[in-house]
Amino acid sequence: MNTFLQQVINGISQGSAYALIALGYTMVYGVLRLINFAHSDVYMFGAFMGYYLANNRWVQSRLGTSPASAIVIMLGAMILSAGLGILIERFAYRPNRSASPFTLAFWFGILGAAAGQLIGQSFATLVAGAGIGILIGVVIEKAGLRPVKQDSRLGLLIIAIGVSLFLENGGQQVFGADPKFFPEIIPTTLMNFGSLKVDSQKLIVLGVAVVLMVLLNLLVHYTKTGKAMRAVSHNLDAAKLMGINTDRIIAVTFAVGSALAGAGGILVALLYPRIDPLMGVTPGLKAFVAAVLGGIGNITGAMIGGLILGLAEVMAVGYGESTYRDAIAFIILVLILLLKPDGIMGKGSTEKV
Amino acid sequence: MTHKLRQLVLCLLGIAAVLVMTSCSPKASEGTEIVVGVYGSLTGTDATFGTSSRNGVEMAMDEVNKAGGVLGKQIHVIVEDDQSKPEEAQTVATKLISKDHVVALLGEVASSRSLFAAPVAQQNGIPMISPASTNVKVTQVGDYIFRVCFIDPFQGLVMAKFATKTLKLKNVAILRDIKNDYSVGLADVFIENFKKMGGNIVADKSYSAGDIDFSAQLTSIKSSNPQAIFVPGYYTEVGLIARQTKKLGINATLMGGDGWDSPSLIGIGGEALNGSYFSNHYSVQDPSPAIQKFVGDYKARFNEIPDGNAALSYDAAHILVESMRKANTTDAAKLRDAIAQTTDYPGVTGKITIDKDRNSVKPAVVLQVKDGKLSYVETITP
Repeated sequence: MNTFLQQVINGISQGSAYALIALGYTMVYGVLRLINFAHSDVYMFGAFMGYYLANNRWVQSRLGTSPASAIVIMLGAMILSAGLGILIERFAYRPNRSASPFTLAFWFGILGAAAGQLIGQSFATLVAGAGIGILIGVVIEKAGLRPVKQDSRLGLLIIAIGVSLFLENGGQQVFGADPKFFPEIIPTTLMNFGSLKVDSQKLIVLGVAVVLMVLLNLLVHYTKTGKAMRAVSHNLDAAKLMGINTDRIIAVTFAVGSALAGAGGILVALLYPRIDPLMGVTPGLKAFVAAVLGGIGNITGAMIGGLILGLAEVMAVGYGESTYRDAIAFIILVLILLLKPDGIMGKGSTEKV
Repeated sequence: MTHKLRQLVLCLLGIAAVLVMTSCSPKASEGTEIVVGVYGSLTGTDATFGTSSRNGVEMAMDEVNKAGGVLGKQIHVIVEDDQSKPEEAQTVATKLISKDHVVALLGEVASSRSLFAAPVAQQNGIPMISPASTNVKVTQVGDYIFRVCFIDPFQGLVMAKFATKTLKLKNVAILRDIKNDYSVGLADVFIENFKKMGGNIVADKSYSAGDIDFSAQLTSIKSSNPQAIFVPGYYTEVGLIARQTKKLGINATLMGGDGWDSPSLIGIGGEALNGSYFSNHYSVQDPSPAIQKFVGDYKARFNEIPDGNAALSYDAAHILVESMRKANTTDAAKLRDAIAQTTDYPGVTGKITIDKDRNSVKPAVVLQVKDGKLSYVETITP
């Protein structure tokens, strides 16, 4: 019995990690009907920002290991992740809705920089490459060649996968491919409840996760921005006609979703201190399953889905074989798609033709 | 419009391809240099394995080159990174053999990756010396594959002996990396020997390399009340497992094999590793002058204490050079025969003799993690 309860605690702690990532998927899907595959990489980015902030001299010398430093690290990483989310939205997704002159120049610039780095292996060639790339981008744009067809759902999805791969491989170049170890920014103590052992970090992580979820619910349901988000989610064109600045609302959605992913990255890194540029891939897929399980587009559903998934996984490993760990998530996905495709909390809706 | 665009993109791709191709010019230095290939995990989960291995080889080859080289030529080492991935090990081994025309391969540390690269070396008839792959299957690939370390049947015996004789343990749990040939093999051998000596295996659980959460396995191990947990994995996971054991209030001693050996081990596991034991190839605390000289030189050059992989790679490189000297050629078949005849080579990791199965028979040491350092406990001979 004790072992079982301990496993339940393990499952909840794993599940709250999935829930945090699932929230971002569900939010963006709710507003844009887009599965933002780059979301799991923003989660990775958040963990790395936390790592660099925690190892930053200024943070270390001013704050040391105090609750204040943990909060600074957490907020800092959330803001940086939100920034990345806005960038992704601005340069990768928005051009699909409305063509922008900067976009091609931006992407060709990155391509050029990469080619420059490959050819010359030095900073000078990198800059030269970026310059040439930007020039090519502008020329193509001026010539009136707009490669991204406007408003195609499939195009967006493919762009999302592209951004995700770009962040994963760019991360390996920038952060290095070998794993880093996240410092203990919150000291851990072992607490006893009878013969149950719970480590204080797990409780803090769970607590922060719950607070973030409650804040998100408040934002969506009780603020003007939230109201606008729901309007955009309901009907983008109608919202635009009602005078809502839809581009801004979408950017805010991305920012909030990415900030949550960044927070998730740090919270998970606290529990499991190993971080690397590919750390988002598997949890990202699992969180996606959790979002579908709870009913994609539904915030409470994402939380419930995450917890169910975490518990199911831990039970499978604890009482079965560790090799089934990843299989269990996808078995759940198949089952939910067969039995209740709208998810647990999802409202049955029919696609209007 | 789209037609124009397609042409433009194709043009750009063409230009890029030409630029990339012309940027890597072939090296024409085969006449004056002997090219030796090293492949290892310079990045990825087991990054210190490859880094230590490269450091050990480069140090040995620089010594040889400074002393005038071998066969009147200098040795040129080409290092390739396999990113801790088995398939990548095969790719880089193929590249080293077919493009760089190396006369011999040195690598890998991890058995899974040696097992992927060894068939390539065997098919091309290029001698390969693995510094630290302990899984039996590695040298069974063929007669061109050698190793300078002991093998897992011996290592498993050492830890079983140590657990029963020295620590007087009765109940031990196993936590193995199910995706890793080395870990699975070593766990099996340990169980076999430990049972023979009268011990009980109370739980046998597994994880997969790359996992970050081990709490489910550890909770179920905890319910079987083991005195010790044998974790024959690699240092990254071992460090994380150690931390999570403490967070679940498990007090069992942790034990493992040479996969623990890494300068990063203690950084990852921290205090949670205190009091754990693992078997290894040598101890830096050994007072013998040869070892102390190696440790001193290595520290001076890389600012790090050499782990077993660095020492073994250093030995492997020297044995390769020694064999070139004996064969008086770098012809693959003759070089192979010379390596096979290595007897009593005085290496840093002990006297190395290559037996008929192309393995080496050597004693193992047991080390304990104590206050953030590795301290020598005992030597167990075959």
